[in-house]
Amino acid sequence: MSETSVSGSVSDDGRGEASGGATGATIELEALTKRYPGNPQPAVENVSMEIKAGETVVFVGPSGCGKSTTLKMINRLIEPSGGRIRINGEDVTDIDPVKLRRKVGYAIQSSGLFPHMTVAQNIALVPRMTGWSKSRIRARVEEMLDLVGLDAGEFHGRYPRQLSGGQQQRVGVARALAADPPVLLMDEPFGAVDPITRDHLQDELIRLQRELHKTIVFVTHDFDEAIKIGDRIAVLRERSHIAQFDTPEAILTNPADDFVSGFVGAGAALKRLNLTRVRDVGITDYPTVTVEDPLQHIFARLRESGTNEILLLDRRGRPYKWLRRGDLMRAKGSLARAGTLVHDTVTRDATLRDALEAVLTDNAGRVAVTGRRGTYEGVVDMETLMNSVQELLEADRLDALEHQHDLEETRATQTHTEQEGFGGVGGRA
Amino acid sequence: MNFWDFLGSRHQQLLADAYQHASAVFQCMVVATLIGVLIGVLTYRSDWAGNLATLTTSTILTIPSLAMIGLLIPIVGLGVPPTVTALTLYGLLPIVRNSIVGLRGVDPALVDAAKGIGMSRPARLLQVELPLAWPPILTGIRVSTQMLMGIAAIAAYASGPGLGNEIFRGIASLGSKNALNQVLAGTLGIIVLALLFDAAYVLLGRLTIPRGIRV
Repeated sequence: MSETSVSGSVSDDGRGEASGGATGATIELEALTKRYPGNPQPAVENVSMEIKAGETVVFVGPSGCGKSTTLKMINRLIEPSGGRIRINGEDVTDIDPVKLRRKVGYAIQSSGLFPHMTVAQNIALVPRMTGWSKSRIRARVEEMLDLVGLDAGEFHGRYPRQLSGGQQQRVGVARALAADPPVLLMDEPFGAVDPITRDHLQDELIRLQRELHKTIVFVTHDFDEAIKIGDRIAVLRERSHIAQFDTPEAILTNPADDFVSGFVGAGAALKRLNLTRVRDVGITDYPTVTVEDPLQHIFARLRESGTNEILLLDRRGRPYKWLRRGDLMRAKGSLARAGTLVHDTVTRDATLRDALEAVLTDNAGRVAVTGRRGTYEGVVDMETLMNSVQELLEADRLDALEHQHDLEETRATQTHTEQEGFGGVGGRA
Repeated sequence: MNFWDFLGSRHQQLLADAYQHASAVFQCMVVATLIGVLIGVLTYRSDWAGNLATLTTSTILTIPSLAMIGLLIPIVGLGVPPTVTALTLYGLLPIVRNSIVGLRGVDPALVDAAKGIGMSRPARLLQVELPLAWPPILTGIRVSTQMLMGIAAIAAYASGPGLGNEIFRGIASLGSKNALNQVLAGTLGIIVLALLFDAAYVLLGRLTIPRGIRV
């Protein structure tokens, strides 16, 4: 985990120089509306939203709420019936849609790869259309495959049907990013893969985004996916009305109304644990000894440490066994037989939920935290976890209170404009 | 004179007829393919246009070939023109129908993806839809060719080219020594040609259908 992020930041620097840091763009939606002929109710009504550059925004809502339609209006796969779209300040509502779409990456459910083209041909499509040179395209295809974690030599010439669902999805993302668009639209991209693969793909996307800083608009109906991926989440109700548009923390601790809290579902406090990493809470130091220490020393450590237990590390400094006071006596001084093996460890990047899971499974209620190559860094126990969770929730509550004021204000103006809008229509009729 | 002697003494004439037969079918197929795929491309996106195209071409196919050629003689004259016109018209149905079915059968999600990554309408058609619809279109072309092989024999009725001449000559002189040999040589020649063409299509399929969608 830590290794990937290190190599990631290295390539990030390289890319920054090469491409002049082509990162995200702002997206502004202004009173975006879609009406279908023969249907009195608009499918999407009056959506206004500002998305910051480099931000990941997730549209989440029940099926049929128009979230996908709203997304497809951003690259004008569906032409809006009213309203404006601005990308990086430029009004793109009336420009040639083909030109617009080449600046906006698009990834869809079940990858949308063309089955008659190889992986390389699929990825090369957009760069080829924008007229890159052959050598540049070839280098780019390899770079993209590398970026999404596929071996270029192995996957280059394969056809989509020779890949697993997860691999196809990776190639789909690589194709969407090939021409380095500032904006990436993702329409339930991980909807058709199994839960384990989906989890991996989500992690990959988070890693990618940490490197690339694109502006990502992501559509899903899975609220847990939304909290995991989004910097901000827009909870949409029917006709794409924004029920709440805020950070995951704020939505979890302070849902705007019953609709949102219904959608958040039970266990908001537990879900909150997914948003905090072990690195954010206090890791306590624990008395340790290594297997190479003489027995005398180990006994001494056991005696002088205030705790009942010490952690035995192996030769490479990785947690190996928990040793209790009586253990060594009972095993007649043999380190090989004494103590209980360390079953589970967590990294600093693990979520609090993972850590809590590990602590709950452990019969003594603590788990070792490891760093690079599994070396020991510290321990988290039940008490630290409980305290930090309580602090977190308290902080969230305070934030939420501050926020509530703003939220009510925006909602008031929104209702106001809506009423005005209806009044205008009525007046004309 | 037995059949083998007949073949030996007439092989030059037979080869010339066979060549003309194959060449007529081949050229008509090229024209029918171009027109048929074009009709398919123009009509597949609209329900009624597609149905109209299929209906029209299948109506043409129900006209008996002898009658069709007979009707064409007063309009375009004798010889090659009625042959080419009739063969092209008959060849259309399977190609038009399979083009429409093939193009309509392309996964809409893929068309959406093609649009979404910024492919223009012609690029979408040429790079995504037609390649994906190609296997059914090729099947249509194959069926068409088999059909035209037989129908081309009738062309001799309008003094057209091909192995039909052997058959008609044999029928006209029934009872004479070589009548049966002539009919047999014409018929077997057409069968051999049809098999050769079919083999060529299998090869063409191997070469033109991308590995990713080959079954």
